[in-house]
Amino acid sequence: MSHWLRNVPSIVYLLAALVFIYSPVVVLVLFSFQDGLLPVPPFNGPSFQWYEKMLANDRLMDALINSVVVAVGSAAVATLLGFLAAYGLARHQPRFSKSIRFLLMSPLTVSYLIIGVGLLITLNLVGIPKSLLAIGIGHVVINLPLCFAIVFSQFGDHLRNIDWAARDLGAGDFQVLFLIIAPIMRPALLAAFCLAATLSWDEFIVAFLLSRFEVTLPVIIFEMLRAGLTPEVNAASTMVFAISMTMVGIAAAFMLSRRGK
Amino acid sequence: MRCSLFGRVSNPSKVRKTLHWNRWVVYPAGVFTTVFFVLPLIAMVVVSFWTRSRGGLSATWTLKNYITFFERDYLVASLYNSIEVTLLSTAISVLLAYPLAYILAYRVPRKWQALTLLLFVLPFWTAYVVRSYGWLLVLSENGILNVILLGLDIIDQPWELAYTRAATVLGFVHFFTMLLTLTIYANLVQIKPSYLQAGADLGASNLQGFLRITLPLSLPGVAVGAFISFVICIGDYVTPQILGGGTEVLVPQAIMLQISRAANFPMASVMAITLMVVVVVVYLISAKHLKMERV
Repeated sequence: MSHWLRNVPSIVYLLAALVFIYSPVVVLVLFSFQDGLLPVPPFNGPSFQWYEKMLANDRLMDALINSVVVAVGSAAVATLLGFLAAYGLARHQPRFSKSIRFLLMSPLTVSYLIIGVGLLITLNLVGIPKSLLAIGIGHVVINLPLCFAIVFSQFGDHLRNIDWAARDLGAGDFQVLFLIIAPIMRPALLAAFCLAATLSWDEFIVAFLLSRFEVTLPVIIFEMLRAGLTPEVNAASTMVFAISMTMVGIAAAFMLSRRGK
Repeated sequence: MRCSLFGRVSNPSKVRKTLHWNRWVVYPAGVFTTVFFVLPLIAMVVVSFWTRSRGGLSATWTLKNYITFFERDYLVASLYNSIEVTLLSTAISVLLAYPLAYILAYRVPRKWQALTLLLFVLPFWTAYVVRSYGWLLVLSENGILNVILLGLDIIDQPWELAYTRAATVLGFVHFFTMLLTLTIYANLVQIKPSYLQAGADLGASNLQGFLRITLPLSLPGVAVGAFISFVICIGDYVTPQILGGGTEVLVPQAIMLQISRAANFPMASVMAITLMVVVVVVYLISAKHLKMERV
């Protein structure tokens, strides 16, 4: 305890930082329970009327389903592709291994906006209409480097021995990959999946550029903002925030459990 | 030919056969990235040399778009604005994040560090739109900040902070402070305490120890975090659009205007490429300080 008392300036700084970091979140969540038309002080409530309104808003609920579909689908594809690539690189060390890693990591160096504009122009040139699928593809591009990096970082030499042992015991390619290696890598795979799903769930600009009628939650929240501030936007935002936090929490738990062993 | 655990010799021909398609598993990701990332970037570069025609694009090669970009004052101004806002946001974030990371690394007991760090960077994983909207609520004319400041008689008129450049910078600083805290913390905890001890044994004061040992050794973490912040900041549309209001336009907003209002893909491409060039220049300037593997 005395250790803490000697560090009053540090504690003050930490508390100030906490207030700064959490103030937009707290205000957002608090005023989603506002009993009134405006999400600003004074706070009257709590009331769940804006959550009821949100649940009755068909466009919002459609966007919710779209967001879930895109997040789960794109995260699954990104995790699968990232896992296969990480396995291929770690296990076989192919020629051009360095160039392949560079290629796979390269989308990290470019803004989402530029990735989105590039895809939009390409769709236009090829003549494919914007769609949820296009958004999903954009999100796989964004998340693949992350999934690859997470899984690749967890591939150790011991996996190569396990791989050999499995083959000596008669396992085929498919069995080695999905019955032996994938279960061993499960914490990394689940962490990669959760982080990719979170990033897709939160992503705005690619979804905004590549959507037409079917939109995702961040896009519809952005559109609602143009109409002005209402506690309904707070309710929808709070839902987006709560689900992000849950998924990041799960991902962190997987990663820490891995390290603890 | 290899020996198994029990000294049995496995059948080499079988091993070679089973390895057959596994060799190719690296390629789907490579093909995906090439088709949906590399080719679109190439398409963007190509289109930047085309012109817009009635009903779409015509493949007449010209430098006109680039010349137009640098001739129109408001487009050049957007580039200046973007660079100013980005540098300002990154600099303030470094100044705020460094003490935070330092306290987390050196003042918080070891067993609490992971949890405390998580607490301080958790809202990092909030959607841009949601985070910016949260700040809009805090800063708006009858928002909580003005209510508190008026209530404490610090100001006697509402502070018009929302829809200004300051609000944009604040939104960015909030995000990048968390990001930089992560990268600087990760760097600080790797510095061996024995270095400081050796410095102290040789007569260095605490301040000298910090300035000449800890600070220089932690600069890679600062550089990496600042670089990532720079890249994200200069390409972000949401924060300036929601918090900044209509007084000034940053490059991402100008790009979106070209796309949504004018459907002018060549011009949008020129601006997107300009952003990429700025990022590459900044990367080349800071490359020798960027040791990604240390973070």
